[in-house]
Amino acid sequence: MSEMLETPFNAGASATGATSPVSSEPVPSSVPAVRVADFNAWYGEKQALKNIRLDIPACRVTALIGPSGCGKSTLLRWINRMNDTIPGARAEGLLEVHGSDVFAPDSDVVELRRRVGIVFQKPNPFPKSIFENVAFGARLHLKLSRSEMNGLVEWALKRAALWDEVKDRLHHSALSLSGGQQQRLCIARAIAVGPEVLLMDEPCSALDPKSTAAIEDLIWDLSEQYTIVIVTHNMQQASRVSDITAFMYLGELLEVGETERVFQNPAHPQTRDYITGRFG
Amino acid sequence: MNDRSGQPLHPLLADPALLRARLRPAAGRHRRERLFYLLCLTVAGSAGLILVLLFGTITIMGLTTLSWQFLTAPPSPSAADSGMYPAIMGSIWVVILAMLAALPLGTASAVLLEEYRPRSAWIRNALHVIELNITNLAGVPSVVYGILGLTVFVYMFPLFDGSGKPVVEWGVRYYDQFYNEADTVLLVPASSLDAPPVVPTTGLQAYDANYRPVTLRVIGPDDPWPEDPERARVTLRSTDMGGRISEKSWYYFCLPFGRGVLAGALTLALVILPTIIIAAREALRAVPDSLREGSFALGATRWQTIRRVTLPAALPGIMTGSILAMSRAIGEAAPLIMISGIVFLSNPPRHLMDDFTVMPLQIFNWAQRPQADFHLLAASGIIVLLVILLVFNSIALFIRQRYQKPLS
Repeated sequence: MSEMLETPFNAGASATGATSPVSSEPVPSSVPAVRVADFNAWYGEKQALKNIRLDIPACRVTALIGPSGCGKSTLLRWINRMNDTIPGARAEGLLEVHGSDVFAPDSDVVELRRRVGIVFQKPNPFPKSIFENVAFGARLHLKLSRSEMNGLVEWALKRAALWDEVKDRLHHSALSLSGGQQQRLCIARAIAVGPEVLLMDEPCSALDPKSTAAIEDLIWDLSEQYTIVIVTHNMQQASRVSDITAFMYLGELLEVGETERVFQNPAHPQTRDYITGRFG
Repeated sequence: MNDRSGQPLHPLLADPALLRARLRPAAGRHRRERLFYLLCLTVAGSAGLILVLLFGTITIMGLTTLSWQFLTAPPSPSAADSGMYPAIMGSIWVVILAMLAALPLGTASAVLLEEYRPRSAWIRNALHVIELNITNLAGVPSVVYGILGLTVFVYMFPLFDGSGKPVVEWGVRYYDQFYNEADTVLLVPASSLDAPPVVPTTGLQAYDANYRPVTLRVIGPDDPWPEDPERARVTLRSTDMGGRISEKSWYYFCLPFGRGVLAGALTLALVILPTIIIAAREALRAVPDSLREGSFALGATRWQTIRRVTLPAALPGIMTGSILAMSRAIGEAAPLIMISGIVFLSNPPRHLMDDFTVMPLQIFNWAQRPQADFHLLAASGIIVLLVILLVFNSIALFIRQRYQKPLS
């Protein structure tokens, strides 16, 4: 990142910018940002995840790949408990974000979702102005003066590489943006509340190749400060943007490793068949 | 790639000549298409025609008697002097109060049913019963609501004695009104409507006709009347008898409500509540779940999501529902016959408990008079009713338009 804007989140942080913008002390790279162990999840009677064990390293991009219905989105949506709202969805096992148990009785789901943001498959900006979309989350969690809010919105839009395209029409409806711009707006909206982890659920599958490239560049750039977990159906995308690749199949995690290794020398025959396009 | 399976075409589709022989004739299909379009046009047209006829007759009948005086005068035994000012004001009061009561209540109910999905089976079952009730209530004849309103709001039975007389009151003062020999009015405060008559004594605090405080002087029945007019003004004889009057302020409030505007408005609120709830639920259901998810994903609580995302997005739909509800409320007569039943009233309501009448009642009363002149008044009344309805609807439409934003 070439410039650091002064925002409420990085005001006291170290100048290196290598740490997550919220936590005041740097997270040692050996400690995973997200830890999943003995994790099982169900939709009603149907088991969607079986004994998942996965350590997601901080400030890296981790890609979850696998055929449809393998449970990768389910796993992603449990990390910030977005599945809470789905009737019949339940989970058990260990799921920690920076050492705090997501399912602990005293865990606050509102605070969890501030720390763990999510970007969905289909861009879902609110039917409000561009400015209000970015300010939405910040207003929920922070008490800011008008100028502080302006600064934060500007920072988030710059960080999401959208500022130059929208700076003259901040108060126009967000729905007037193109699909790719809307998705970057959703990313700006997510980082404006100061998350540590960003979850992305097939963020490019509704976008054209040019917008996809823009988002991929952004993901790579953001991974300097954020732990990113991305679900994707696109093998090239996984190999382009991720450091770590996890392959899931029928609710099980079959293989995890450095992306380069997984793609060039998959250990599991299922992984090899999938990434070479033999099924999927 | 797999080898192609080499399955043959269906025999009917394989031979073009055979296929053409079995095609439906295009002319017949186009004729039926045109016929159906004409049928739709006729049905829609006749609905429009009936409306035009209705408006035409009413306008021709009613315009002759429609005047400024008609809008500002109270009803009178003579058709020429009659107006519907109290009924117009009564309708406006009742509809606004009914909307103030029903809109928040209906929206809140819809939010509860649509946005909060409780995990407890007990609460879910209870909500199912409520849902069923709302659907049924929408079909109940409005006169039944009149009986309900009479019991619940007018008499508040069994909280009070069932007579409908005020038991608890705020914003009212009672006086015994005396006329002395100098023909001046003197008001002596009394404690309540049913308190025993006040016995005037010298030095008692009283008021003159303009509510200015005066000190009473009381003289015996045979004592000479004072010469000084200033003294005469505050003098009563000990044998003088007063009559109990009440002075109600604009915020007068009593329990039970009695046959006042508030009871009427709340009854109407009950009538339109199911309509509003059903419309608001539809509007909330039309808000895409992706917007709710987007809000939750940023760490919004359920209330924050409802307040900042769901309700603003559903507002246009809720407004449409309330326009329909308001139209129904302003034309409703049956439940208000139960509550008010008054058609001859010379004053508009001055407080929430005041007597009232509404335009449909007034129109109905004029229409059933034997004299033809009153029938013209009824037609004028209908014009006024329609115009006020249009004004209310335009306000609601304006609000809807202002907040209408396309959803993703």
